[in-house]
Amino acid sequence: MDFSYTILIPLIPLALFVILGIFSKKIPASISGWMGSLGLGVTFVLSYYTAYQYYLNGKVNGIYQTFVYKINWMNFTDKLHIDMGVLIDPISVMMLVVVSTISFMVHLYSRGYMKGDDGYTRFFAYLALFSFSMFGLVLATNLFQIYIFWELVGVSSFLLIGYYYTKPSAVSAAKKAFIVTRFADFGFLVGILIIGYYTGTWDFQELNAVDHETGSLVLNWASTSFMGLSVITWALILVFMGGAGKSAMLPFHIWLPDAMEGPTPVSALIHAATMVVAGVYLVARLFPMYYFVEDGFALQIVAYVGAISSLFAAIIALTQHDIKRVLAFSTMSQIGYMILALGVSKYEGHEGLGFMASMFHLFTHAMFKALLFLGAGSVIHAIHSNYLQDMGGLRKYMPITHITFLIAALSISGVPFFAGFFSKDEILAAAYENNMLIYISSVFVAGLTAFYMFRLYFGIFWGKEKKYEHTPHESPMSMTIPMIFLAFMSIAGGYIHFSKYVTADHMPFEAHLNYYLAAIASTVGIIGIILAYVFYKKENNLSERFSHAFGVFYKWTYNKFYFDEIYLFVTKKIIFGLVATPAAWFDKNVVDASMIGIGNVTESFSEKIKGMQSGKFQDYAMGFISGGVVIAIVVFYLWIN
Amino acid sequence: MDILSLFVIVPIITVIALGFAKGLKQSRIVALAGMLVQLGMSINLIFAYLKERAVNDDIMIFVKDITWYEQFNIHYNIGVDAISVVMIVLTAVIVVAGIFISWMVDDLPKEFFISLIVLSTGVFGFFISLDLFTMFVFYEIAVIPMYLLIGIWGSGPRENSAMKLTLMLMGASAVLSVGIFGIYFNSNAGIDGGALTFNILEIAKANIPVAIQNLFFPFVFIGFAVLGALFPFHTWSPSGHASAPTAVSMLHAGVLMKLGGYGVFRVAMYLLPLGALNWSDFFLILASIGVVYGALGAIMQKDLKYINAYASVSHLGLVLFALLMYNKTAWNGAIIQSLSHGLLTAMFFALIGMVYGRTHTRNVSELGGLMKILPFIGAVYVITGLAYLGLPGFSGFIAEMNIFVGSFQHSDTFHRILTILAVSSIVVTAVYILRMVGKIMMGPLSNPEYANLPKATWFEKVGLIMLLIPVVIIGVLPFGLSEMIKDSIEPFLERLL
Repeated sequence: MDFSYTILIPLIPLALFVILGIFSKKIPASISGWMGSLGLGVTFVLSYYTAYQYYLNGKVNGIYQTFVYKINWMNFTDKLHIDMGVLIDPISVMMLVVVSTISFMVHLYSRGYMKGDDGYTRFFAYLALFSFSMFGLVLATNLFQIYIFWELVGVSSFLLIGYYYTKPSAVSAAKKAFIVTRFADFGFLVGILIIGYYTGTWDFQELNAVDHETGSLVLNWASTSFMGLSVITWALILVFMGGAGKSAMLPFHIWLPDAMEGPTPVSALIHAATMVVAGVYLVARLFPMYYFVEDGFALQIVAYVGAISSLFAAIIALTQHDIKRVLAFSTMSQIGYMILALGVSKYEGHEGLGFMASMFHLFTHAMFKALLFLGAGSVIHAIHSNYLQDMGGLRKYMPITHITFLIAALSISGVPFFAGFFSKDEILAAAYENNMLIYISSVFVAGLTAFYMFRLYFGIFWGKEKKYEHTPHESPMSMTIPMIFLAFMSIAGGYIHFSKYVTADHMPFEAHLNYYLAAIASTVGIIGIILAYVFYKKENNLSERFSHAFGVFYKWTYNKFYFDEIYLFVTKKIIFGLVATPAAWFDKNVVDASMIGIGNVTESFSEKIKGMQSGKFQDYAMGFISGGVVIAIVVFYLWIN
Repeated sequence: MDILSLFVIVPIITVIALGFAKGLKQSRIVALAGMLVQLGMSINLIFAYLKERAVNDDIMIFVKDITWYEQFNIHYNIGVDAISVVMIVLTAVIVVAGIFISWMVDDLPKEFFISLIVLSTGVFGFFISLDLFTMFVFYEIAVIPMYLLIGIWGSGPRENSAMKLTLMLMGASAVLSVGIFGIYFNSNAGIDGGALTFNILEIAKANIPVAIQNLFFPFVFIGFAVLGALFPFHTWSPSGHASAPTAVSMLHAGVLMKLGGYGVFRVAMYLLPLGALNWSDFFLILASIGVVYGALGAIMQKDLKYINAYASVSHLGLVLFALLMYNKTAWNGAIIQSLSHGLLTAMFFALIGMVYGRTHTRNVSELGGLMKILPFIGAVYVITGLAYLGLPGFSGFIAEMNIFVGSFQHSDTFHRILTILAVSSIVVTAVYILRMVGKIMMGPLSNPEYANLPKATWFEKVGLIMLLIPVVIIGVLPFGLSEMIKDSIEPFLERLL
């Protein structure tokens, strides 16, 4: 089987980026939108074709094979080098499908959404850059390649969040996103350096190679330890730090809500479906390492970070008024699910349920969350506001948006027969089998999710109609068609048997719905929906009374537990105030001043001695003679010694 | 005429021709023509080098030796390896770009271009020299016009800055000359009947005693490293840059400061390897401080040129840091970092000059939202910023990754911890770059008067694009360059292992 053509999948968007970027002023908007959509359409077709070929014919003896095509890009040492290439295995093919689907849909949607914007071509250039980087990331053959594209998706995200660059809030959000993730990437890079130094390779196949006879990693990870843990464990924790940064896990989540300053299609593509799951993908990519090194110590941390983030974000999402921010926290919460599922997973066969569930949820979540964002974008497009207070009763005006949004909301809430139900159930089953505490918290999160999602749904589409500047209307076809497609996927996606295709050990297994757990989860979800119905279906003061009753807790939640303030304090007061300012002062008043001091001493010294050059012959003669006498004395002194 | 001497002769002919030129138009055409020839020759030199290298295994090739001053055995001795070649190309690119950027210099244009080209002559001569004395002479030729250029065409407290810069660099030269004579008077140690020599390749054959090496290494190292803005000898750079005219800043930060790292590598470490090993920890700590301290210093600055100057302290600190690691990968990174920083800092100074020329301020707090008015300059500013903070696809990433990976290969834990410290600078760099770019290019327009600023002219665009192209080429296709450099590093590194 030859999959070398998959190299075209990242190269097509790259070509688009170069063309649209260089000629952004020359290409008219009507053409650039079509160019972008067409290019991504081709990658969409290629990705589905690859998936079809791979999942159908990619097995040898019941094991999915890995195909690698690479070239040597740069050598560091004799052993360490960076390759550029594509790696085809179950998770990368699955990611190709996700990224190409969402990217293609968002391209189509943006043609309508961004119409009339004067940076239209620039927008499509950035989207192409992002698609290129994201494809490069999922196809990476080694850790360094993934890091390279990791940085590139980061910068595309920066450019797209700051797309409305004259808005100060957009600029600061873009900077914040870049710097916070950069800080996390610092950990990632150090992790890569450690892995490179101690193992001598960054190649995924070498790192992940599992010896099936002993059931452990081929890699010798136990050779050196540091503070009681293997250095490789430390490296994996640091690598996960990078993953937590990109995936907005605690405590690096603060950039994600602000990132909503970007245009809504961008939020759908980057900050809901693709880039933010890069952290999940990274852990999945290195899963054998995470699992086997030190009996999965690093994986435990992954599990708890995921679980805590998931709960934390779901609580905050309850109280936010900006619909995009609710969705952002929801994304964080759902990614927490995926991360915790990886964290509780084992490696082989049915034991690897969590891994499969995580990937499954990544897939379905991409579909319904992108749809929720596109729906939100459609609403924002119609009424020009992000705030829930300004919305209400929109179902009459926007029937397609209404129905698709409802499908997505049902899906994320885990209502039976929608995609989210199936994937979430697998996650809960995996958690139930391995960690009771995480399971309970996850079930609670499922209830919260249903509640805040239907709070949005009822708040936007039901309730009292607000005064709108002009009558809201349904979005154009270019926007509704992608939404309809994603709505279809938000249901159909759940019926794919992921356990047959995407598993930790590349071997298919049979996964069955656990009806007992499924019943609990869907009951909790439905309770959440009913509560939301009671609170928000009709205008009433229940929600105010509740928020009043919870008082301090409400205030803390509304202010996102003051994480932003903590960060602000650390950066402004400690780093700027206590480190950088004194450093600048020290530089000016100590280092530079001492250099100037040396200069001044020289100058004043020369000022003093300049009188010697008086121009009077007698003075010179005097100096000459006295100098001669001194030398004579010295010579004489040396001579008698 | 041999291929290398032309690099000194062409600028001299250009300077003579400039003597006959009248007015701005003639001067800039003459200067541009001369330097374009130089650029063409330098690109040709790459191919000539690769061709010759395939059949010639000597450390240095295209060697030519002419006795200059017999009594002290001073020779005009020239030759290149891959490192000198890439440095020569860098210099040629920046000089041509600098001429484009100074296209409209109105004050004494002839004298301006003469000084600029004399400066570049010194730099070219420095990179081809294999004789310590000749090298030193070229170095001084490069430093002296700097005083004139800042003092006459500069801005702000220019006499003061020019004086500070010149005095510190002259002080460094004095220290350096002590070191060089120290090497010279020991250059026949351990060789029976050998004559004293300034020839670098000859001296390398001598066995200079450890005590002597320990004594003179710091002189040579500091003498060069002041030029590379080693902490705490970096303070001449911010004020000097701030007062210097644009093209001079470009040339100075882009090329002249690279002489420091180059000299450390070519002279200090090659000729005094034992001294280098004994002193490495001390200087490594200074270099590490410089990396982080420069970056932190850049956060707090308000003047664009100061930001760039402190950023240079950080980035060039990384060059010295990598050199002191005595590792092939790190050294490769150090050379690429020199190139990359040279190009990027030249771009930054060119851009700052363009912004300043239009708005008459370099104060970050007074600028804002220029992207909308100056789309080309704004876009290139953002690209340069991203390249500067080490984004993959640009030269900075290649350089930094080589440095970090190489340094982290050191078997000593202390060195690896210092490496992690140096890696942390990538975060701080992102902070000050984005803070600057976000404030001056993005956001709302800070001053309604800026709405009518003139757009970038053709010569400004040409200058910037010329610098950007090699940045992208190195960033996207690093393989050839890094293999070419590594071959030449080998003989130098062997002496330290």
